[in-house]
Amino acid sequence: MDHLPTLVAEARQAIQAAETIPALEELRVRYLGKKGEITALLKGLGKLSAAERPAAGERINQAKQALAEELEGRRAALEKAALEQRLSAERLDVTLPGRNQIDGGLHPVTRTLERIEGLFTRIGYDVAVGPEIEDDYHNFEALNIPAHHPARGMADTFYFDATRLLRTHTSPVQVRTMKEGKLPIRIVCPGRVYRSDSDLTHTPMFHQVEGLLVDEDVSFADLKGTIEDFLHAFFERDDLSVRFRPSYFPFTEPSAEVDIQCVMCSGKGCRVCSHSGWLEVMGCGMVHPEVFRHAGIDTDRYTGFAFGMGAERLAMLRYGVNDLRMFFDNDLRFLRQFA
Amino acid sequence: MKFSEEWLREWVSPQLDTQALADQITMAGLEVDAVVPVAAAFDGVVVAEVLEKIQHPDADKLNVCRVEDGSGESVQVVCGAPNVAVGQKVPFARVGAILPGDFKIRRATLRGQESRGMICSASELGLEEETSAGILELPADAPVGEDFRDWMGLSDHTIEVDLTPNRGDCLSLKGMAREVGVLNRLAVTWPDVQPVTATHDEIFSVRVEDAELCPRYVGRLIKGVDVTAETPLWMVERLRRSAIRSIDPVVDVTNYVMLELGQPLHAFDLANLHGAVVVRLARVGEQLVLLDGQKVTLTDGTLVIADERGPLAIAGVMGGEHSGVGAETRDIFLESAFFAPLAVAGQARRYGLHTDASHRFERGVDAELAREAAERATRLLLQITGGEPGPLVEVASREYLPAEQRVYLRATRLEQALGKALPTEEVTEILQRLGMAVDVDDQGWQAVAPSWRFDIVIEEDLIEEVARIHGYNRLPVRRPQARLALRPDHEAHTPLGRLRRQMVARGFYEAVTYSFVAPELQGALLPEAVSPVLANPISADLSVMRASLFPGLVRALEHNLNRQQTRVRLFETGLVFRGELDDLQQLPMLGALVCGSREPEGWSAKRETVDFFDLKGDLESLLAMGGEPDAWRFEPAEHSALHPGQCARILHRGEEAGWIGTLHPAVRARLGLKLDVVLFEVRLDTLTHGHVPAFTPLSRFPEVRRDLAFLVDEHLPVQALLDTLRGQAGEWLTESRLFDVYQGKGVPEGRKSVALGLTWQHPSRTLNDEEINQLVDAIITESRQHLGAELRG
Repeated sequence: MDHLPTLVAEARQAIQAAETIPALEELRVRYLGKKGEITALLKGLGKLSAAERPAAGERINQAKQALAEELEGRRAALEKAALEQRLSAERLDVTLPGRNQIDGGLHPVTRTLERIEGLFTRIGYDVAVGPEIEDDYHNFEALNIPAHHPARGMADTFYFDATRLLRTHTSPVQVRTMKEGKLPIRIVCPGRVYRSDSDLTHTPMFHQVEGLLVDEDVSFADLKGTIEDFLHAFFERDDLSVRFRPSYFPFTEPSAEVDIQCVMCSGKGCRVCSHSGWLEVMGCGMVHPEVFRHAGIDTDRYTGFAFGMGAERLAMLRYGVNDLRMFFDNDLRFLRQFA
Repeated sequence: MKFSEEWLREWVSPQLDTQALADQITMAGLEVDAVVPVAAAFDGVVVAEVLEKIQHPDADKLNVCRVEDGSGESVQVVCGAPNVAVGQKVPFARVGAILPGDFKIRRATLRGQESRGMICSASELGLEEETSAGILELPADAPVGEDFRDWMGLSDHTIEVDLTPNRGDCLSLKGMAREVGVLNRLAVTWPDVQPVTATHDEIFSVRVEDAELCPRYVGRLIKGVDVTAETPLWMVERLRRSAIRSIDPVVDVTNYVMLELGQPLHAFDLANLHGAVVVRLARVGEQLVLLDGQKVTLTDGTLVIADERGPLAIAGVMGGEHSGVGAETRDIFLESAFFAPLAVAGQARRYGLHTDASHRFERGVDAELAREAAERATRLLLQITGGEPGPLVEVASREYLPAEQRVYLRATRLEQALGKALPTEEVTEILQRLGMAVDVDDQGWQAVAPSWRFDIVIEEDLIEEVARIHGYNRLPVRRPQARLALRPDHEAHTPLGRLRRQMVARGFYEAVTYSFVAPELQGALLPEAVSPVLANPISADLSVMRASLFPGLVRALEHNLNRQQTRVRLFETGLVFRGELDDLQQLPMLGALVCGSREPEGWSAKRETVDFFDLKGDLESLLAMGGEPDAWRFEPAEHSALHPGQCARILHRGEEAGWIGTLHPAVRARLGLKLDVVLFEVRLDTLTHGHVPAFTPLSRFPEVRRDLAFLVDEHLPVQALLDTLRGQAGEWLTESRLFDVYQGKGVPEGRKSVALGLTWQHPSRTLNDEEINQLVDAIITESRQHLGAELRG
């Protein structure tokens, strides 16, 4: 019995020295197992007298209890260390990028067209599209541009033969929609248009959005309101100055060019606005009665307005693109900037 | 049209500076494109007189001159101009003067002779673009000592106005002045055009055969003109400031009057006119050498000025070389005519011409102007060239002259159109200021358009004029009113925007390529394609309409590969054009192209390049958006642009909808591409076509799954196996998954192992093993019999 303190001290030392869970388990068996050294002491109690037995029993049980706690403590410590080691080993560099396909992006012209379409469709316009190889009638005649009209010289037209051509504007879509005869009409017509012009500021193909509203009692004031609202919304600037300049299009009367205060220099004058402080951004006007006559619309009852703008021009102003031709190079370094 | 501000201000001069005047003109609808000083900046140049000219003792080509420059003492100057002469008035740059190009005049010594200043040529003063032949001679009455710039009025500006085709009436100083007068409520001072008194009574007879196309023809014979006379400097200057070069006094006067009044004129050399002037339509095949030296063969429909021998000029477009005025001309026949716009419209373009005259006649010249212009030109000619004027000859047909346009403007319509009622007096006044005769009644205004306004025909024309002069920006602004009607929304339809975004989410950038492509490129990819060809392409490599999106995508790929962009994923949507013009399809398509590594370069990416199945996966993700996977099939087929073993025709509901494949190695080599390229294009209408989901109740009963591995011929399309299997698997098959395709160890040469997982489920009961076994047996038997497939042990 007297070697109990020694035994406990030895066991404590062994437990603290154990480095692994199996080693610890071995010690548990060695001291506290069925054949363990402490268990053996308990078994030896029977050899003591009845008077000695309770005190001795208590001492041995206390020792057993202490060693069990020691073992548990050591186990917890080892487990904690093992977990920590595992966690440490599993550490990731969370600053590495995720594993994924990288998103591409829409073309800036599409982005612009969608934005313009969105502004108008949200207030009740529909989107209408049509063919790009058109005939003389829909591209010119029906828009009050008869053969030999000087205005034919305004748009340099790509022809296939005497009557078939690439549309020079999306107005033929308006003609087709009006001819369907469903009134009132509120449409925007986005799409590719073609003019045989190619230099620093012209590409032979570009995109337009034209709008048409035909209803009873539509006035020039409604046109002005629509255009102003649109330009304020598109450029997200309610204080943007807009002015209407008399102009001429065969298919509208009165007709106007629309200028905005230069968005690059806020009207102070810069290279982009040729130091005028103004940028021409759209054309518009009240639908010419001759156009209604071609479409079979009653000009006494209905009036309407139409407007048209170049998508690339607006995209250039909105995003600060300084070279029109970039839109059609499809250079990924350019396209990525609009993703 | 370009004109001098100073010239305009001689007629009407509002209290506005140059920029404000230009802005006002612009805001009236006559867009000012440019305002340019008529002379470059220079300083220190005065009018001087050449007093003495002595040959330079040591230089053949130089003279030593003394000039009087108003400073009180004469100045010695060395001058190399051949035309310098004693008594001449000249522009003289004093020492210290600064000429255009920041050229400073210093005291100099030229081969031993002192030179204190410079006698200037027109080009040295920036008054002529080409290098002048000699010094600029000034009129004898030029005041010595006066600042040259001031004396010449060189602080003037050239104003360039980009006129819309409806405003032909503004193609003259008179027209511009009229407009500026209207805008500023100012009276215009018209030049005095008194008729000239004829000094003889000889005429040259005029016969108009087509009075409809030439309702008025005025002519005059002027005998004994001196064509060698100098056009006065003031006229040369005004022409120059209007971008017209001085030619000879006769041409200069006709140009000057055209600029001044808007009436194109033409002068014939009488010596080359025979019999009579005949205005008629050209006869087919007649030929004419024009003033520009071009020989044209005339076609019917072209109005010509002819004599008894043949055509002399294309009416209203350009004169002929033979009948033109030259250095030998003594007697001239001056033409001032009104040709109907339709007579001239299109004619110039037909012969590849565009002249100042045709530009004006096409847009409409004031039909009442011909006499006035002829008188004005005669008067100017007499001043410069001298000569004996005959009486004016006029042939006019009232019935074909433009009818007086009477247009009624309803007050209600005006208010409705502008969204505002304007005071009656204001409207009346605007119309009157524009030169209209106006009768006002209680309903509106009856206006008669002036003869120079060809664009006032209908009520809207008057509305526009009232709005324009009142000011567009003073008109009200409101928002259109509309009924809030819901519009149909087709749920089964997949909008293009969603398809685009799906492509973007799968790593594609959207391209926009030209709809016309190079025929060589299209031919290399699609030798069989037929698509419309432009008659007037901008260049040969943009001359044929694309029959496919492939050429444009390939071109865009090349652009990027040439710029070190090696991983390219592009898509495009747009029309392709197939067939001849008379049987043309304009089909919206969506196409895509991939090239380079499968994954973006990254720390975890494997360096594998894309292949057919990568792009097919992208395509399938689009097809899945319609919610009808069974509507689509891919069948092995051949396409000229694609690798024959890596190419599929895409079928939608059994109809061809597009193609997918790897670019044919031979085509790739021809295009000089080093990497594999995979492409597809699909008809957009098939992609946007979808369905509205329909619910099927979920079964509460267990699923049964069986996995089967078959050995089949390596060339057997898996689709055939899937079709056979689905044909035998009964109606309760809910899923069939292809989970492995294997060739190699354990599989005989020429065969492949295809492993499938089949799942059955009954909606209302548990399926028993026996019935599943029967189905599996049927699948195995059928596959063996029809496809030679063996179940793999």
